[in-house]
Amino acid sequence: MDAKKGNWVRIHSIVLEAGKRAPSVPEDTQKAPLELWNKGFLLNESANIGEEVEIETYIGRKVKGTLIEVNPYYDHDFGKCIPELLYIGRQIRSLIEEDGE
Amino acid sequence: MGKDMSYEAVMGRNSEIMKKAIGMDYNEFETDGIAFDYERMMRETGYSLQEIEKIQNETGVGHTPIYELRNLTKLARKFAPEGKGARIFVKDEAANPSGSFKARRAATSCYHAKKLGYKGVIAATSGNYGAAVASQAAMRGLKCIVVQECYDSQGKGQPEIIEKARKCEAYGSEVVQLTVGPELFYTFLVLLEDTGYFNASLYTPFAIAGIETLGYELSMQFREMEDRDPDVVVVTNAGGGNLTGTARGLIKAGATETEVIGASVDLSGLHMASDTQFNRKSFTTGHTGFGIPFATWPDRSDVPRSAGRPLRYMDRYVTVNQGSVFYMTEALAQLEGLERGPAGSTSLAAAFKIAQELDQDQIVVVQETEYTGAGKHIMPQLTFAKENGIKILIGDPKKEVPGENIILPKDPSYISIQDIDLNKTKKSYIRNCIKNNRVDKISEEDLKFLVEDTKSNRKFVKEVLNELKIDY
Repeated sequence: MDAKKGNWVRIHSIVLEAGKRAPSVPEDTQKAPLELWNKGFLLNESANIGEEVEIETYIGRKVKGTLIEVNPYYDHDFGKCIPELLYIGRQIRSLIEEDGE
Repeated sequence: MGKDMSYEAVMGRNSEIMKKAIGMDYNEFETDGIAFDYERMMRETGYSLQEIEKIQNETGVGHTPIYELRNLTKLARKFAPEGKGARIFVKDEAANPSGSFKARRAATSCYHAKKLGYKGVIAATSGNYGAAVASQAAMRGLKCIVVQECYDSQGKGQPEIIEKARKCEAYGSEVVQLTVGPELFYTFLVLLEDTGYFNASLYTPFAIAGIETLGYELSMQFREMEDRDPDVVVVTNAGGGNLTGTARGLIKAGATETEVIGASVDLSGLHMASDTQFNRKSFTTGHTGFGIPFATWPDRSDVPRSAGRPLRYMDRYVTVNQGSVFYMTEALAQLEGLERGPAGSTSLAAAFKIAQELDQDQIVVVQETEYTGAGKHIMPQLTFAKENGIKILIGDPKKEVPGENIILPKDPSYISIQDIDLNKTKKSYIRNCIKNNRVDKISEEDLKFLVEDTKSNRKFVKEVLNELKIDY
C-alpha cells in the first residue's frame, strides 16, 4: 500500500485523447493527449501508485485521477554552472571603470 | 448534473459560462459591425483611478520604488554617439506582494470578485499573474485555482513555470497543470462551470484598470524627482495588457508627451501550441509568440472583448533576442546590485539600446522588474535550454535562431533592437477585424473605431480598406 486516506498525493488524468485534440492544434501536439495533474488529500481508504483514486484538493474540490506520487515535492533549483555567463560581469565592470570619469 | 461535458458541448457554452463567471454582459458595448464602445466599457465596468488606488492600498500593492540605473547609463553612453545616452531608470515592480506588477491586475480582479459575492477566483496563466491572483485571493479570503500550461508530452516542464506553481501553492491555491495546447481553455471553462468562481482573466476592464496606477504613479514620481515626465517608457509586451494599462495611466496623469514603446523577446519561428517546440524557448512570456498575435487580434483572449488593446497606445514596437535579455539580467545584478528575474529584463535590454538614440538629458524608464528565485533565474533557465539541445553561444545576437541557439552579445555594442513595422501590424489587425466579424462593408462608427484602435488616422484606415476591397 503506497498511500492511505488523508495523505497528500499527486494525481494524473487524460483530458483529451491523442487524435481528439482541437482542430487548430499543430500536428505534433495532435499526436499527444492533453494531460492533467493535480494534488490533494487522498479520499480512498488506501491506494497504490497507478490506481484510480479520488482526492480533495487544497481548496476542497473532489477530483478523480490516477495516483502517481505520495508527498509530492518540488525539486527545481538554481540550475548548473553556466560558464558562458561568467565573462559578463567582468566585462561590463571593466568597461565603466576604464576612463575613470 | 447530466450536463454534456464533451469538448464541443462545453466550448459551445462558452459565452453563457463567461457571463456568469465575469458578472458582466459584453453585449451591452457591442454594435452591429466591428466596433464596440471601449471607453464606455472601461468607464462603466472598471473603477476610477482613485478607487483603484484605494483597493490596491488595502492589499499593499503599488507605490513601488524607482531607481536610477547610473552604471547602466554610463555603460550605454560608452556605445552611444557623442551627446547621446539618456538616463535609464527602472520601476521596481518586484516590490509588489507577489513579486511582479501583476499584483496590480490581480488586486482589482479579486476585489471585484469579492464584491460581487464570488467564493473564489480562477486564472488561466503559467506566469506571474497566477502567483499574483493567488496572493491577492489569500488576502481577500477567496479560494483560488490557477490553471497552467506546464509540460510537454514527455512530462518536462519549464523551470520558470514549475516555480510559479510552487508559489501559487504557497499562497494556498489549487494548481491544475496541463500539457501544451490551447484546449487549456476547455479545462478552464469546465472549472468555471463546476465551481461558479470568478474568471480573474488578465483582460477584463478591472484587470487592465489595475495597471493604470503603474503609469500614473510613474508620472507622479518623475514629477516629484525630476520635475517632469519621462520621455520614453519601455514596456514588455505579451498580451498587451501591461502596455495598455500603463499608457492609460500616463494619459490620466496628463503625461501625453511620453512615448510608449513595446518590447518583446524575438521567438519568431516557434509555434506556441507545438508540443515539440514548447521547451525550446527560454521565455514563457513577454515574447513575440504572444505579442504579435495579441496585437493583431486582442480579442483572442479568454474574455469576449479584451480590455488590453496595445495598438491603441503603442508608439513603437521593438524586439530583442533572448541572449541580450539574459546578458542585461546579469548586468542589472552586476552593475546595479539588483538581482531580478529575466522576463522583467526584456524592456531593460530594449531601453539600453533606445537610450543610445536619445540625448543625455532625456529620460527612459523600464517600467517593471519581477522577482527571481529557483527556476526563475538565468542559471536554471539556461541549464534547461542546454538540456533541451539549445546551444549557448557568445557572439552576434542578430544571428540567434530561436529554438536552436541563444546568442549572448560579445560585448554591449552587440545589443540591438529590431523595429517591428507597426503599420503592417495595424493592417493585420484591420484585416482580422474584417475577417473575424465577417463583414464586407463598414459603417462610419466602425471606421472611427478602427482609427482609435490602431492609433492611426482616417487616411491610413481607408487605404487599408481600399486594399482589402471593403466599402466604407
